Amino acid sequence: MNILKTYKIYIGGQFPRTESGRYYLVKDTNGNPIANVCQSSKKDIRNAVQAARKAFGSWSERSAFNRGQILYRIAEMLDGRKAQFIEELTQQGQGLESAKKEIEMCIDRIVYYAGWCDKYQQILSSVNPVNSSHFNFSVAEPTGVVGILAAQHTGLIGLVSQLMPVIAGGNSAVLIASEQLPFCAITFAEVLETSDVPAGVVNILTGSAEEMLPTLAEHMDVNAIFLSNVHAEMEKNTQLSAIDNLKRVIVKNDEWTQDSTQGISFISSFQEIKTTWHPIEQIGGATSSY
Amino acid sequence: MTAQHNNFTTIPHSPSIDKVGVEERVARFQTRSIKGPSKMQGLSMVLSMIDLTTLEGKDTPNKVRQMCYKAQHLHDFQEGLPTVAAVCVYPSMVSVAREALKDSTIKIASVSTAFPSGQAPFEVKKMDTQFAIDAGADEIDMVISRGKFLAGEHAFVFDEIAAIKEICGAKRLKVILETGELATLDQVRRASDIAIHAGADFIKTSTGKIQPAATMQVTYTMLMAIRDHFDRTGKMVGMKPAGGISTSKLALHNLVMVNEILGEAWLSNEWFRFGASSLANDVLMQYMKQVTGKYQSADYFTID
Repeated sequence: MNILKTYKIYIGGQFPRTESGRYYLVKDTNGNPIANVCQSSKKDIRNAVQAARKAFGSWSERSAFNRGQILYRIAEMLDGRKAQFIEELTQQGQGLESAKKEIEMCIDRIVYYAGWCDKYQQILSSVNPVNSSHFNFSVAEPTGVVGILAAQHTGLIGLVSQLMPVIAGGNSAVLIASEQLPFCAITFAEVLETSDVPAGVVNILTGSAEEMLPTLAEHMDVNAIFLSNVHAEMEKNTQLSAIDNLKRVIVKNDEWTQDSTQGISFISSFQEIKTTWHPIEQIGGATSSY
Repeated sequence: MTAQHNNFTTIPHSPSIDKVGVEERVARFQTRSIKGPSKMQGLSMVLSMIDLTTLEGKDTPNKVRQMCYKAQHLHDFQEGLPTVAAVCVYPSMVSVAREALKDSTIKIASVSTAFPSGQAPFEVKKMDTQFAIDAGADEIDMVISRGKFLAGEHAFVFDEIAAIKEICGAKRLKVILETGELATLDQVRRASDIAIHAGADFIKTSTGKIQPAATMQVTYTMLMAIRDHFDRTGKMVGMKPAGGISTSKLALHNLVMVNEILGEAWLSNEWFRFGASSLANDVLMQYMKQVTGKYQSADYFTID
């Protein structure tokens, strides 16, 4: 028997239904219903941000190496459930070969960012020459809670490519999945839940971006917004909503299938550089004799 | 004063409490949804009823000064906000609070009688109370001797409260039952009746040091004791749930309950208080959400 599945959302390590009680039906290319998906609301956004804020402290303070281990574990778990992901992508109308390729790419990309977890700090940090008796250094620190609108035209690769650099850098995330291709997003939440990712570090909602994005962009407890492939109007409105607490709004319009769509720049976009002036004895001008 | 005219033997029989009934009634209060202007009014009222509290071993004079500042300036970005009703501190910090609050209308409540355990000789408890009053406390929050109460020495508990009330004189006395240690709602009711008859101006649920603290079931039971007393004597007694009320929603549900059980006369900080530390910021954040339409962040509200 075919079970018409109901996909739930992912908040604070739990899989609740949307508090609004609303659903929408996702259909295959022939117009047959495949599954019910939660039509999340503003209050789900609120709950997700609350969970993300709560999780941020300990996730950002966890050792970078341990974050890398956990990201690697995500890749392992995804690898083990490949078949389900491929099936879901094909259900939503994607070709089999293309689906297989996309999942392989996702696994590679997660491993890629797992590797970066304890390495980007060396690249982004610096010791700075200053003309006074100070040891002056700059270090990268995670921005905080990042709101992500996943690329709407992909089932998984966009989501993975946007989410991984954010959490690799020690941020927590609230992610709005693709409205029309939502299955893999929620199945991916199940992967996260079984990969030692602490509750609340990643929160995934399904539903209408038009409805939820403004709330996320206005939310004073969200520190950055990551958009992909949105139309100009939506980008502009998001920028305007983000002004009040000076959120970073990062926009990357991309297919997310090339190697050029991964890199340390995706991590550094969600880092703040903190510079410390540490008083020391005179160290003899601008030489490197400290 | 009631304390002089009452004695232990005149306390009426305490009715037994139907726990299942209480739970059902309380659950109904929690289904109320309060929105729009009523919510704004409710939130503002909650703020005005807060006893902003710090009762830690690590309290320093500066911590108390900082809290007193917060009490007077809840969120200066928004005009028209009330101040809290009082600050609540240990006796040793009363003089610091007095100096910090100067001529503000915010009251200073001091815990006393060997808070939080109440396990000290009677003489010490009296001195503790006198010390707080001499230092400038407007209100005294005493704890009852739960050990004596649970051992069945109810008359001892009554006498102790009456004696402390005598020291307080015109200053208002809040009697903390520490319901988390009283085990049953029947005991909570009995302790409430004893406290009220011994001269309590307020009855208060908890010290905040024991879980569970101010559950709605416990507060409900105490409100009923107040109502019965009022029906019998026409005298009002105040109520202060303390500990565990950290969200606006819960605070509003408490107000609904007070309104329905005791009526509007109790809906002012003269007769109802919240003992809380983190509640104030949650209420402020909710208030600003109503004003701006945007969800707020703790980053933009002062810590106390």
